[in-house]
Amino acid sequence: MAYNLKEAIQKPNRMTAGHRMCAGCGAPVVVNAVLRGLKEEDHAVIGAATGCLEVSTFTYPYTAWRDSFIHTAFECAGATVAGAEAAYKAMKRKGTLPEDEHTKFIAFGGDGGTYDIGLQSLSGAMERGHDMVYVCYDNGAYMNTGIQRSSATPRFADTTTSPAGKVIPGKQQKRKDLTEVIANHHIPYVAQTAAIGNFSDITTKAEKAIYTEGPAFMNILAPCPRGWGYETEDLMLINKLAVETCYWPLYEVIDGRYVVNYKPKNKLPVSEFLKPQRRFKHLFAPGNEWMLEELQKEVDERWQRLLDLEAMTNQ
Amino acid sequence: MSIRDRLSGNEAVANAMRQINPDVVAAFPITPSTEVPQYFSTFVNNGAVDTEFVPVESEHSAMSACIGASSAGGRVMTATSANGLSLMWEMLYIASSLRLPIVMACVNRAVSGPLNIHNDHSDSMGARDSGWIQLYSETNQEAYDNFIMATRIAEHKDVQLPVMVCYDGFITSHSIENIELLEDDKVKEFVGAHRPEHYLLNREEPIAVGPLDVQPYLFEHKYQQASGMRNARKVIQEVSEEFEKLTGRKYEFIEKYQMDDAEVAIVVLNSTAGTAKYVVDTLRKQGVKAGVVKPRTFRPFPGEEIAEALKNVKAVAVLDKADGLNGVGGPLFTDVTSAMMVNGVLDTKVVNYIYGIGGRDVKADDIEKVYRDLQEIVSSGKVGNAYRYLGLKGGRD
Repeated sequence: MAYNLKEAIQKPNRMTAGHRMCAGCGAPVVVNAVLRGLKEEDHAVIGAATGCLEVSTFTYPYTAWRDSFIHTAFECAGATVAGAEAAYKAMKRKGTLPEDEHTKFIAFGGDGGTYDIGLQSLSGAMERGHDMVYVCYDNGAYMNTGIQRSSATPRFADTTTSPAGKVIPGKQQKRKDLTEVIANHHIPYVAQTAAIGNFSDITTKAEKAIYTEGPAFMNILAPCPRGWGYETEDLMLINKLAVETCYWPLYEVIDGRYVVNYKPKNKLPVSEFLKPQRRFKHLFAPGNEWMLEELQKEVDERWQRLLDLEAMTNQ
Repeated sequence: MSIRDRLSGNEAVANAMRQINPDVVAAFPITPSTEVPQYFSTFVNNGAVDTEFVPVESEHSAMSACIGASSAGGRVMTATSANGLSLMWEMLYIASSLRLPIVMACVNRAVSGPLNIHNDHSDSMGARDSGWIQLYSETNQEAYDNFIMATRIAEHKDVQLPVMVCYDGFITSHSIENIELLEDDKVKEFVGAHRPEHYLLNREEPIAVGPLDVQPYLFEHKYQQASGMRNARKVIQEVSEEFEKLTGRKYEFIEKYQMDDAEVAIVVLNSTAGTAKYVVDTLRKQGVKAGVVKPRTFRPFPGEEIAEALKNVKAVAVLDKADGLNGVGGPLFTDVTSAMMVNGVLDTKVVNYIYGIGGRDVKADDIEKVYRDLQEIVSSGKVGNAYRYLGLKGGRD
């Protein structure tokens, strides 16, 4: 079904207003854009790793979730939702649930709960082939505990455990490429996306992920105004710059075949993405041009590798 | 008619699982519990059950998947030992706080380190305050029976707590004994259908599970959880009585062996109770008034029953297969002595023995030595050092 913004936004939000996420946070935008991929008539069991999203949307006795929701701990959203999916299969087989019942299983985790502490649980759930979607809302650091570096934090970023100091200028390590890690699980559907433009890319991919039989994974950029240091109204601009600079390419891996969904005609320098963010302020100080150069080189190399993978898998 | 068979403890428990036919079993192999998911996956792949078997990548994920499945509305089981239970730690507390009736076979083994695969109780004793009901089993028969009863106890609306059925690694898990199994249909009828009140898969009533629960609420929620454990006493009794009607096998909070006139007694869990009963038979022939108290439930703790059983005993030895590492004694000892104090049993002398750590063999001679020590305490009227070790090489008593 072709995506239509007007129709998509007619759907009621499955995560309601009134939650406590910050103004300008990318995560709730991501969540609702993903959940618009659900057919209205389908029920969902939604899980979340401990993190900003969980603590801000389900503080007893209030919940922002219209569907059934479960949170257990930080590192196990993958296994928890996989368990619910296993019960669903068994209960349908035994007739405890009606045969025509349609429940979809979606797990959300931040980059802390996904790239790092929850990687094993995610990997296991994907490998075992549960019919579920795992969505990482990647804000590039442990934001819930106060902006500590993660393996998703870009090189040189200033965080509270990789501060831009006088001797060591921010995080020294490169960002883990989780989308690639999960693509190499050879599952039916993997996508990287961001909430940009008319939300076509994110919601179309979500629909594919949700309705592809078997495991699916989405890695979605979710900027954090407090951790990244941008003006709250600039959320959509930051997302756009991440894509236009090819820092965060939009692509899919469908049964092993790479599809790069957007190739900017005029690929912007990565500094355009970095400049509006306080966490990269030190990169623009005189004498630190080498950091910008190295980051540009990293982005270029990754982008080229992605284009190569697309060419190779579409021969 | 029940079915007479010869099975190992693990095989018996796997058969109980087959007869119960749960919705989900999620497990990760660890010696000596590995056979349970092994046998069970054979049942799954041969179509003997229609359970969804989830071969997770760790015990942490095993318990996480059990929690997800149980919250979803399924009847859920698992098995583990030692470090596997340790890795589940965080999730054990979450399972009990969410009031999920998950049933686990905990095949007791020493927790690392150093690494040791043999039996002691350091694993389940470490989890004693995680909010799980704990049932202990002397024999294969008891492990099987407890496992079937556990399902009913866990799911009872006044309890809604997970249950750990503990039995000794290798000694019980791998030894083949005569056993009486119930017919499949009788087990099915006894456990009944699982009908949770609220569950994720009920689309008519979507629920949210596992909130951030801050200062105004957590205290009351923990109180409710503790109430479930208190209520479990009545439910365990009712379920055990019903089970007795079905099988003729009687289960109480504690088993008393030759305690009516006992002057010296041992309190001990699991398989060592069998050795102690054998020694009591020998000593009784010599005129020694010896007895055994074997707690079947450790959580909820049968404090009143234990105190009542010990009130006329002159000296008692509490045997712990896990050291407390607290400077005063093992976990069974500290709970038994508290129960005696609270229930006004103040004249009975009490001593603690740490024994069998890391699978150290405990022979009849060792148990007899304990009774002889108790006789010495009775005659001298002095306990001396109450924190003792049994069968320790080169150590003091």
